[in-house]
Amino acid sequence: MPGAERQAPEREPEAGGRFRMSRRGRIALKAIAWVLCLLPLAVLIHLAVQGELGANPISFVTNWLGQWTFRLLLVSLAFTPLRILFGLAWPLQLRRLVGLFAFCYACLHLSVWVVLDHYFDWGEMWTDLLKRRYITAGMAALTLLVPLAATSTGGMVRRLGGAAWRRLHRLVYLVAVLAALHFLWLAKAVRSEQYVYAAIVALLLGIRLWDSVRRRLRRRRVPVTTRPSPA
Amino acid sequence: MLIKRAPMFKASEITDYRLYLNRREFMLGAAALALTPSVASAGAAPAAGQPLKAAKNEKFSLSEKATSFKEATTYNNFYEFGVDKEDPVKYAHMLKPRPWTVQVDGLVHKPKKYDIEEILRFPLEERVYSLRCVEAWSMVIPWIGFPLALLLKQVEPTGNAKFVEFTTLKDPEQFPGQKPNLFGGSAVEWPYVEGLRLDEAMHPLTLLTVGMYGQVLPNQNGAPLRIVVPWKYGFKSGKSLVHIRLTEEQPKTAWEKAAPQEYGFYSNVNPTVDHPRWSQATERRIGEFMRRKTLMFNGYADQVASLYAGMDLKKNY
Repeated sequence: MPGAERQAPEREPEAGGRFRMSRRGRIALKAIAWVLCLLPLAVLIHLAVQGELGANPISFVTNWLGQWTFRLLLVSLAFTPLRILFGLAWPLQLRRLVGLFAFCYACLHLSVWVVLDHYFDWGEMWTDLLKRRYITAGMAALTLLVPLAATSTGGMVRRLGGAAWRRLHRLVYLVAVLAALHFLWLAKAVRSEQYVYAAIVALLLGIRLWDSVRRRLRRRRVPVTTRPSPA
Repeated sequence: MLIKRAPMFKASEITDYRLYLNRREFMLGAAALALTPSVASAGAAPAAGQPLKAAKNEKFSLSEKATSFKEATTYNNFYEFGVDKEDPVKYAHMLKPRPWTVQVDGLVHKPKKYDIEEILRFPLEERVYSLRCVEAWSMVIPWIGFPLALLLKQVEPTGNAKFVEFTTLKDPEQFPGQKPNLFGGSAVEWPYVEGLRLDEAMHPLTLLTVGMYGQVLPNQNGAPLRIVVPWKYGFKSGKSLVHIRLTEEQPKTAWEKAAPQEYGFYSNVNPTVDHPRWSQATERRIGEFMRRKTLMFNGYADQVASLYAGMDLKKNY
């Protein structure tokens, strides 16, 4: 995944505008993003080494990884709204990186469930998957992330073509909704936290919806000949 | 994944922080204990963290190894302090378990307000019980207390009494978790109300509990007195009780009100009846790596199954 980074085109589809940033600046920005994305994992390993995972370490690790998956997913979904609302285009070059890290954390989250929580008891996990709606939602979200991760390289963008690639990657909206449901449904009692996450998902998707409606209305008003070419 | 260095000391050997802070009082208490034959006659009831002596009742005790004191006092569900497992120990200092009274009334001939000192004068015994949380984890805890039946017999329930209702203290100043959350709501309605059928309450396993691990009950575990009903999910065992009321009607419990389709009045530990959203077939014993199978009535079937003879436990979950 990170290797693909190098061959990636400078501009991702939907990025809107060329970034005026030096190569060195871009590398520095990505390096910072790498460190920040790896930090939760580093802290977790540190806590594990110190024996500070609490009385129920497996539950702690599962929750930690799940929470950071969701947080990174929300960050990756926040870049487009930043451009829509504030015209900030430069953060968009971090979107793929953050999205892929969200996928990595999701895979770790699943691995903990399979290995540490159920210790490869496939029968029980399969039953849970069918019967427990929070597990169904979580697994669906992770499954939908797979094609997105697989088509994250510049080569795949070219092969699919910008329009098809963009359509495919809209699946991430569904992933965010499923993640919010996964979190809401697993708790014994719903706490503020789960509503906060769900509200952020609603906000991030709402901004996109509002923007697309706005653009469509504007397009209808503007004569076809002077319609600006899509960015 | 779980790389753990062997600690230099066992957690059980480490002096409790609050006990350390109160070491002078502790020494005074110890001196008083040495001079007098029983806690009760030593005058003031000892506060949380101080030693509480009680002989172990082997007949009602598991032979399994107890969960470490540290884990049993730092990983708690006690929503009055907050919804996270770490909240109870974090905010435990806000609760003032002395002085304390508990009102016992309702359908009884001799209603009475008990002072905590009187409660501590009952014949205390230690019992090692398994505690199974509805969230599918469990602990083994050496409780100190006495059968609730002893107290109920003192107040003499009338012929109409069929249920016992337990009410926890409501005071947001002492229980910060009772303050409304970000959205003005709360996980359950306060005060926390739990209930048992009278025969369940009178069952010899049902323990009115004032201590654990040879100590006065820590605040985060429900000080100064709580119920322990080992064959039911943990939330059935009301903590920090201020009111015990005998009724004819089945009490409306806090979790039933919050989510009736998920938490029934009985809430007996039952591996064959899943929580609507997760399985109850297995549990994680705190301190163990592999899940273990959950036992019917949490392993107390021999003693309590007869209470539910003829009942459909799938309907009466």
